[in-house]
Amino acid sequence: MPETAENRASAAERPLVSVKHLSKRFPVSKNFFGRPTKFVYAVNDVSFDIMPGETFSIVGESGCGKSTTSRLINRLIAPDEGEIWFDGTDISKLSAKEVQPLRAKMQMVFQDPYGSLNPRMKVQDLIAEPLLVHTKMSAGERLKRALDLLEVVGLSRAYGERYPHEFSGGQRQRIGIARALSVNPKLIIADEPVSALDVSIQAQVLNLLRDLQEEYNLTYLFISHDLAVVEMISDVVAVMYLGHIVEIAPNEELYGNPRHPYTQALLSAVPVPDPDLKKEHVLLEGDLPSPSNIPSGCPFHTRCPLATEKCSHEQPPVTMVGERHMVQCHYPDKSIA
Amino acid sequence: MSETTTSQTASAEALPKAQNPAKQFIKKFTQRKSAVAGLAFIIFILIIAVIGPSITPYNPNAYDYNALLAGPSPQHIWGTDEFGRDVFSRILAGAQLSLGTALTASVIGTAAGVVLGLIAGFFGGIVDSFIMRVCDVMFAFPGILLAIAIVAIIGPGITNVMIGVAVFTVPSFARIIRGAVLEVKSELYVEVAQSIGCSRLRTMFVHVFPGTLQALIVNFSMNVGGAILSASSLSFLGFGASVTQAEWGAILSQGRNYLATAPHLVFFPGLVIFLTVLAFNLFGDGLRDTLDPKLN
Repeated sequence: MPETAENRASAAERPLVSVKHLSKRFPVSKNFFGRPTKFVYAVNDVSFDIMPGETFSIVGESGCGKSTTSRLINRLIAPDEGEIWFDGTDISKLSAKEVQPLRAKMQMVFQDPYGSLNPRMKVQDLIAEPLLVHTKMSAGERLKRALDLLEVVGLSRAYGERYPHEFSGGQRQRIGIARALSVNPKLIIADEPVSALDVSIQAQVLNLLRDLQEEYNLTYLFISHDLAVVEMISDVVAVMYLGHIVEIAPNEELYGNPRHPYTQALLSAVPVPDPDLKKEHVLLEGDLPSPSNIPSGCPFHTRCPLATEKCSHEQPPVTMVGERHMVQCHYPDKSIA
Repeated sequence: MSETTTSQTASAEALPKAQNPAKQFIKKFTQRKSAVAGLAFIIFILIIAVIGPSITPYNPNAYDYNALLAGPSPQHIWGTDEFGRDVFSRILAGAQLSLGTALTASVIGTAAGVVLGLIAGFFGGIVDSFIMRVCDVMFAFPGILLAIAIVAIIGPGITNVMIGVAVFTVPSFARIIRGAVLEVKSELYVEVAQSIGCSRLRTMFVHVFPGTLQALIVNFSMNVGGAILSASSLSFLGFGASVTQAEWGAILSQGRNYLATAPHLVFFPGLVIFLTVLAFNLFGDGLRDTLDPKLN
């Protein structure tokens, strides 16, 4: 996989998605005059590039801002600061109306396969809906494409007449994927697409996603909290903590040579299926700080075993430690193990 | 790809056994005896409304000066009024006008209320505040008083009664539908519609509106009973049907002059109105209980 990813990346130099200094905050309380007084800082100064044809994963704990990032890129919500370049255009400041046609090139697969399909629509109509919205295809052409897509995602054409409640979670997620594919998008944003599924079904859906990527030359932005899933599917992985991206690296590099203490701690927590192996666990102390009150300096310094005085008041610089390997830490050469 | 496709078709789990929601609904609904009785009576009265005028034993407007204010008898089973008109025939013939008025008023009022509620709930903000405050103002008046005021301004007559009843139906439906819209709007598939690229109008009508249909049907069926009562009341007060027209409220209104001497003139139209309203209310209650998953 990694060779192909690099090949793909070098074939097209321009990133499909380029996020620059993206920030988003949500008001949580307002004063008497309706002015917000307190914010949750969901995404803070996030920058990354996604190359065409690769799978870019964002991994992090719940509440770290990974879903918000995906919603910002899809422009379901508008960013407060920063730029989002998609396929050569800055989409961060477009109005809701201007964003709409862009969605033909960028589709989403959602976490909850039960809630994301309208229970009152037939499967064939659900899959054909993006076609209805974005293309001038006739009803017959749309139906044919919807049924073809059902086969592509491994379901029978006969299921088109049925309603979502008749399907299991894995099957529904396949329907969601078929729908995302219908308009031949360049980018598919998959927001925790397998988290709600059984482990055996997870593997099926991940394999399907990978097959489809090869078949249709898709680019994925893959959001997950599951390190094993991310390792299986990704070309490049970004680790998020409290709205900040602390490390970005190619898949092997990140799992083999993590440089940020948070990444190291996360990886050391992954269980290894070998009862004899005694593994050094790095336990992080303290709780995740509230995203409405992010620590000064390095956001991780309150829990970092390597933290020094400098970390608590100085934002760590962006350091490149290898090919596409970025780490945001004052001490990228130290290890916590 | 073809290989993987076939293997995946084989490995994708078998389809779970589907439950037919319509069958389940009928099963649950039929367990509610009072609702079934209500529905039976509604169907009966609707049939009467359609065929009533052609099955009357007497011409409902024919005078019979040999039987003025006659009590119930084998000839006139529900008696006659002060002009000798057969009360039973008039009630049969009046079903069309009474039900027609109430249903038309309910449909118009509901339609307007639904549109306003959809707009308020879906777009929110200032539009929502404006529509809801106007509804609050209308809620401040008792419904029938509002209808009287409207009819008093635009003049009496069946059409104006419909308008009056329709107008006071609007705010309650606007509020109910707005609530339902707010609930549906928080569903994930509505956000999904946005991410697919659906326009706001499409999202509103294709994805949000069908989710409010349940609340709509239940409240409509309960509203019809109230509308029959209101339309009859307006006719009773002399705002609606003229005394010559066979309409339940008008028949009742005329009969009140002879309450002491010929109580059957009030009793039978009153009973029919009472039963019809009761039937619609029982049916509406039954529908609500069946459709509301929290009550099952």
